[in-house]
Amino acid sequence: MSLASFTRNRFSLALKQNKLSFSGRIARPKAFQQAIFSRYATSIPSLNSLTEEEESIRDLAARFTQDKVKPLVQKMDEDERLDPSIIKGLFELGFMGVETEHEYDGTGASFLSAILVIEELAKVDPSVSVACDVQNTLVNTLFRKYGNDFVKKKYLPQLVSEKVGCFCLSEAGAGSDAFALKTRAEKNGGHFIINGTKAWITNSAEAEIFLVFANLDPSKGYKGISCFVVEKGMGVEIAKKESKLGIRASSTCSLNFDNVKVPEENVLGELFKGYKYAIEILNEGRIGIAAQMIGLSQGVYDQALSYMFQRKAFNKLIGEFQGMQHQYAQVATEIEAARLLTYNAARLKEEGKDFIKEAAMAKLYSSQVAERTASKAIEWMGGVGFTREFPVEKYYRDAKIGSIYEGTSNMQLTTIAKLIARNFK
Amino acid sequence: MSNLKILVGCKRVIDYAVKVRVNSAKSAVETANVKHSLNPFDEIAVEEALRLREKLGNNVVKEIIALTCGPPKSQEQLRTALAMGVDRAIHVEVGKNDSETTNTLQPLAVAKLFKAIIEKEQANLIILGKQAIDDDANQTGQMLAGLLNWPQATFASKMEINGDKLTVTREIDGGLETISSKLPAIVTSDLRLNEPRFVTLPNIMKAKKKPLEKFTPEQLKVDVTPRLENISVTDPPVRKGGTKVDSVDDLISKLKSAGALE
Repeated sequence: MSLASFTRNRFSLALKQNKLSFSGRIARPKAFQQAIFSRYATSIPSLNSLTEEEESIRDLAARFTQDKVKPLVQKMDEDERLDPSIIKGLFELGFMGVETEHEYDGTGASFLSAILVIEELAKVDPSVSVACDVQNTLVNTLFRKYGNDFVKKKYLPQLVSEKVGCFCLSEAGAGSDAFALKTRAEKNGGHFIINGTKAWITNSAEAEIFLVFANLDPSKGYKGISCFVVEKGMGVEIAKKESKLGIRASSTCSLNFDNVKVPEENVLGELFKGYKYAIEILNEGRIGIAAQMIGLSQGVYDQALSYMFQRKAFNKLIGEFQGMQHQYAQVATEIEAARLLTYNAARLKEEGKDFIKEAAMAKLYSSQVAERTASKAIEWMGGVGFTREFPVEKYYRDAKIGSIYEGTSNMQLTTIAKLIARNFK
Repeated sequence: MSNLKILVGCKRVIDYAVKVRVNSAKSAVETANVKHSLNPFDEIAVEEALRLREKLGNNVVKEIIALTCGPPKSQEQLRTALAMGVDRAIHVEVGKNDSETTNTLQPLAVAKLFKAIIEKEQANLIILGKQAIDDDANQTGQMLAGLLNWPQATFASKMEINGDKLTVTREIDGGLETISSKLPAIVTSDLRLNEPRFVTLPNIMKAKKKPLEKFTPEQLKVDVTPRLENISVTDPPVRKGGTKVDSVDDLISKLKSAGALE
């Protein structure tokens, strides 16, 4: 018996027993409620439920952000550089190894805990947030998932406590078409020699550990791509630091690899599987970027709203005009939707279920919401929103990268479409 | 050489950053769905206990215990104290929810509950926050000292332990006062005693495994019936704007017409 027919029966029974009254509104007698819930009694919590640890972790991240990051945001944006004290603080509080297991000196917390930290950091400074995101969701996870014991034991504790890592895939000629990368690796005795140039690498100015994707056998096409663990001291050079529109404090550089010698133990995972690792890790990293975008949205939204309930025009708080009410209600709804997409994708990943489509949707939508929210926030704040004295214009500049990095919005749409089409072919 | 067993008082209060609202019945402050956290002065007390251990060593400071009297959710504040570094926690459950506890649990009852636990645990240094930011009572430390007949050093901005001797610098209206007393003693922390540390992620996870004991007032044989009744709670009057005047004569005439001068 379907749920529909079951409830119809109970409903008519309740009617007959005069337990329902139609006095202009439908009463909810116990029989009706029991009909629905007794059969499907469930205690699955809502999408944004957190464990006690996750709440404590989020509160800690919020506190660190307010106390330590907020005073330095404007300066870091102008100097185009993360303040070393912030990076040190991230390491000291355990934010750079959230999921890393205890045996490697990490916290061993859930994936959603990392997402919460990234979100909280982004509410105040998306640049700090992306530094933490790359470390956790790209670098640490690559080591943890694919690294052998030697590489994990050597590098994970360093990444947890003091060394910044970065993910080197993109090149000037290989963005969305990542597998067109030209960086070469050649075996030479007990070493690999790496030659090439990487572009658009986040964290590169501060990093000491580089995960480099290079092609060991171009005749195999993308199936020659392998991943190598390169230390700064092995000869990595920073070629050019980009001067950007947004997330200016986050370092984005081109890197030169000129006959860089890497010991053969420093292969991450198996040779020739690099392309696979890159795709898989980016699927997860996407959720991190979604978290950054929802944090950005919430951060700029809260700033604008607090202004709207202080500023008066025509003898009324501007937040009380219906035009404004409708706008901020719409935006709040979108932020909530983006957040739930993100949290749910994170939980799906934790559960080991398929999450690629949901992760792509989360990143796609969150980056769009971030752009819209930041844009609206400036409008709501009027003239002052447009000045650099107030923080909202920075969020507007920062938001744009969301639809570009870690998979452009067009790539996300293509991914989502492919996964949907599978069901119909 | 002293053997210190430190007990720190923790209270669950509405977070300092929250904009408080009076409930519609005008009987109390609204607590439902409002963010709560550890009373800031209690956090300072926890920090001081931890610093004492770091300074004097594990041989002197044998154990640090966090104690709270409050509704079930007070457990969260104990977890914060545990994450900061306290060894174990004790929760005396009073009240079913924030609203009930705030309106019925008063300093004298809290002092009595603390006395019962202190006697049970044989703690010899008690550090409390000077007052809670919700009721600003500033009574529990003092009442506890009275009940136990122990020395009290309130509004501490500095404290030192040398053997069996406690030296405390207090912030008083006229300036600073330094007093010394023997142990056991009660100290209440003031704002400038220290700046509490940030908890770290690994410590948050470790706090899960630290012991947390629960008691009820009945088990401790303490009567927590309130002696005071809150009749009403209202917002302070809305501040009215003033007017600007251009000269002293103008000011005098305005004051005269307002009846403030003759």
